[in-house]
Amino acid sequence: MQDLLQALTNGAFLGAVFALAAVGLTLVFGVTNMLNFAHGDFIMVAMYAGFVCWSLAGIDPLIAIPIAALTLALVAVLVYAGIIRPVLGSTQLAQMVVTFGLLTFLRGAIQFAFTATPRRIEDPIVGGIRVVVGGVAVTGAQLVSAVGALVATGALAWFVYRTETGRALQAVGEDAAGASLMGINSGRMYGLTWALAGVSTGVAGALLINNFGIDPLAGATFGIMSFIAVALGGFGSVFGAALAGLLLGVVQGVVGLYLSGYTLTAALGIYLLVLVVRPQGLRGSR
Amino acid sequence: MTATLAPPSARPVPARKVPWGRYAGIAVVAVLLVVYPLVAKTSFLQTIGVTALTMAIASTGWNILGGYAGQISFGHAVFFGTGMYGTTLLVTGGWSPWLTMMPIALLAAVLGVLIGLPTFRLRGHYFSIATLAIGMMVMSILPNIQWLGATDGLSVPFLDEGFWNLTFSLRDKTEYYYTALGLFAVATVAAWLFLRGRIGSYLEAIRDDDVAASAVGVPVRRYKLYAVAMSAALTSIAGSFHVMFVTFVDPSSSSDLSLSTAIALIAVVGGAGSMWGPILGAWLVIALQEYTRTYLSATGRTIDLMMFGALIILVAVVDPRGLVNLVKRGYRRVRR
Amino acid sequence: MTLLSVDGVTKRFGGLAAVSDVSFEVPEGTITGLIGPNGAGKSTLFSMIAGAQRPTAGRISFAGKDITGWQPHEAARAGVGRTFQLMRVFGSMTVLENLTTAAHLRHRTKASARAVAERVCAETNLGSYAHRPAATLTGATKKRLELARALATSPRLLLLDEVLSGLTPTETAEAISLIEQVHAQGITIVLVEHVMQVVMSLCPRLVVLDFGKLIFTGSPDDAVKDQAVLDAYLGA
Repeated sequence: MQDLLQALTNGAFLGAVFALAAVGLTLVFGVTNMLNFAHGDFIMVAMYAGFVCWSLAGIDPLIAIPIAALTLALVAVLVYAGIIRPVLGSTQLAQMVVTFGLLTFLRGAIQFAFTATPRRIEDPIVGGIRVVVGGVAVTGAQLVSAVGALVATGALAWFVYRTETGRALQAVGEDAAGASLMGINSGRMYGLTWALAGVSTGVAGALLINNFGIDPLAGATFGIMSFIAVALGGFGSVFGAALAGLLLGVVQGVVGLYLSGYTLTAALGIYLLVLVVRPQGLRGSR
Repeated sequence: MTATLAPPSARPVPARKVPWGRYAGIAVVAVLLVVYPLVAKTSFLQTIGVTALTMAIASTGWNILGGYAGQISFGHAVFFGTGMYGTTLLVTGGWSPWLTMMPIALLAAVLGVLIGLPTFRLRGHYFSIATLAIGMMVMSILPNIQWLGATDGLSVPFLDEGFWNLTFSLRDKTEYYYTALGLFAVATVAAWLFLRGRIGSYLEAIRDDDVAASAVGVPVRRYKLYAVAMSAALTSIAGSFHVMFVTFVDPSSSSDLSLSTAIALIAVVGGAGSMWGPILGAWLVIALQEYTRTYLSATGRTIDLMMFGALIILVAVVDPRGLVNLVKRGYRRVRR
Repeated sequence: MTLLSVDGVTKRFGGLAAVSDVSFEVPEGTITGLIGPNGAGKSTLFSMIAGAQRPTAGRISFAGKDITGWQPHEAARAGVGRTFQLMRVFGSMTVLENLTTAAHLRHRTKASARAVAERVCAETNLGSYAHRPAATLTGATKKRLELARALATSPRLLLLDEVLSGLTPTETAEAISLIEQVHAQGITIVLVEHVMQVVMSLCPRLVVLDFGKLIFTGSPDDAVKDQAVLDAYLGA
């Protein structure tokens, strides 16, 4: 029972980061109708950004959050301008493979710069913290990543649903031509969406390095979890993606307790099951 | 129809010109492929040749589903892996590698249909993500399956050298090369025959517009299933051959996402939906990869991934129809 | 003889009825105009006849067979050809390949499908575009290709969804003469159109929908005298 509670807690804390990552991905899909297969690798790049801050300047991951967020926003905007915008009017195949190329390129580039050796942040500020509530232990890293992810997810959701610009983003997502008649510059909105996705991956990456190793393939798991969360949550739905991310974390935690080799299998299994029963996702309307 | 209704102004359909360019292209490529091992004598170059031809076969399979029918799969390593594991198991059981190919291909086809039944309800991106997830699912299960060697994998038992055993000298890989070339020729002809008539038209119609396709009488789901069956079978044959070449299979060498990606993107780089795509793409990608790995990569620093990634991006942005279209455009300009 | 009969057909989306309890018959060899103001349910009705949507209630029979809820490809095989309001040609294929694909419905071999395609191509005056990729055609030519493609399936009934809208007067005249030629071949035609004058001159029979309900069936001369039709188009 204690073990289960602990596993549930660990899962929920991890799920918060999945939720944040998934929200960035679903935003890009909802607005530009494109899937960024390199989304998880943006998180990986953010992890390395945090690592560089720490190893070169001794900046703690907590303080590196805004730096990583800005760096990834910049990366995302450059990616959008350089290779996404040119394929917006192209075939679906082109749109699909271009981010696959990006994924491959980023993994190669990072491996070239940092080699494949796994890296780790030694002694982050939150490293020594450990809270025990009712027998369930929570580390400082978990606490920070979960709180940080929830705050960032909430901020993104607030931006999309409650601000004028956010509503413009939604309008472009629903009908780009119609939105442009209303005077909304859809190109600028696409760029902004990618920047927001960059921020979400930047924050996620910086939060994760407190307790995760850093290597060129570190983004793969977070990428696929984001995809599953987005698919489960109904493509384009911010709250759906966030909820599904949390759910996936919990599932991983619990399954890991009983069948340690099958955490990814379980997450994928749930997705495939939902796919068969409800292709539109748990919350999607179509 | 009863009466014909040619209006007075009707012009007859002009006859299509004989595609001399295509015939010449086939001849040139065939000669190059046959002559290659006579010129390329080093083990390094011969490995490039064998690997490129193997990947070209796998990609030819992918191309039927992804390039022609427009259902972009990122899970084809599952079928490649089926070939690798299946052939290893049967050869261990005393079969000739050649005899394993057809039954294992059939198994892969059945697997493809089983995967297709739920996933073909999804369109576009949704389908691609599902294939990605299925591929990763298989990859996540494999290390836990004892009779497939779990994480350690399986080795192909030692066989005497000879054609019947599909086992040749590794010092000079010429025999592997020509065997691969023969298989590639068979796979290409099979794909061409499969796509030549109604099936090919229907698959392209589904790719272009599935709603319009069903309105002209195309049973869309059924034809997608035909496509995935043929596609999976060809890709599995590539896997069967590959495992005889490398004599070893484990989860990462058979079901990796990067293998799925490579199978798909080789066809895209060369030209998705063109018979030329897989062979052009495979040679370019594999040669590039092996050269950069061998000559440009210091320990742990690889630039082959970077180059491959950049190449894919370049193709997607410049001309999503791939290398073959660049060649065609060049040829037309020269003729004019 | 009745070729198509629509019997009490209803289609609801959520709580809204896009088509409610519509019944009419189309005799073989006629041209019927299906008209009504925007949102009257014409396209939904078309989709149901062609199998693209399943009626919530009611029955559709074609050539004596109950085809209610059939898949689109089954309807096509039974002899229902259609065009799409928003043109849906096979963009990467040439015009001739578009037609060959359609002709494959009744011709297994490539040679015979190709022969049909070439004949239809010439008959519909698309000969000079035969080897052009369909994506590169102008709107009017795409519409012509849509019609030709439906013809290449050798249909008994042709459903034409706004094939005349957006055409210049010259193009309209050409399209009308094409439709008349098709009709002369013995193919039954139902066309959705809101260019009223054209419908009046082309169709001896009209079916008028308004807010999903059938409000009139009969000749154009009677339609212009019918109070319900006048109200639908002019009033309220």
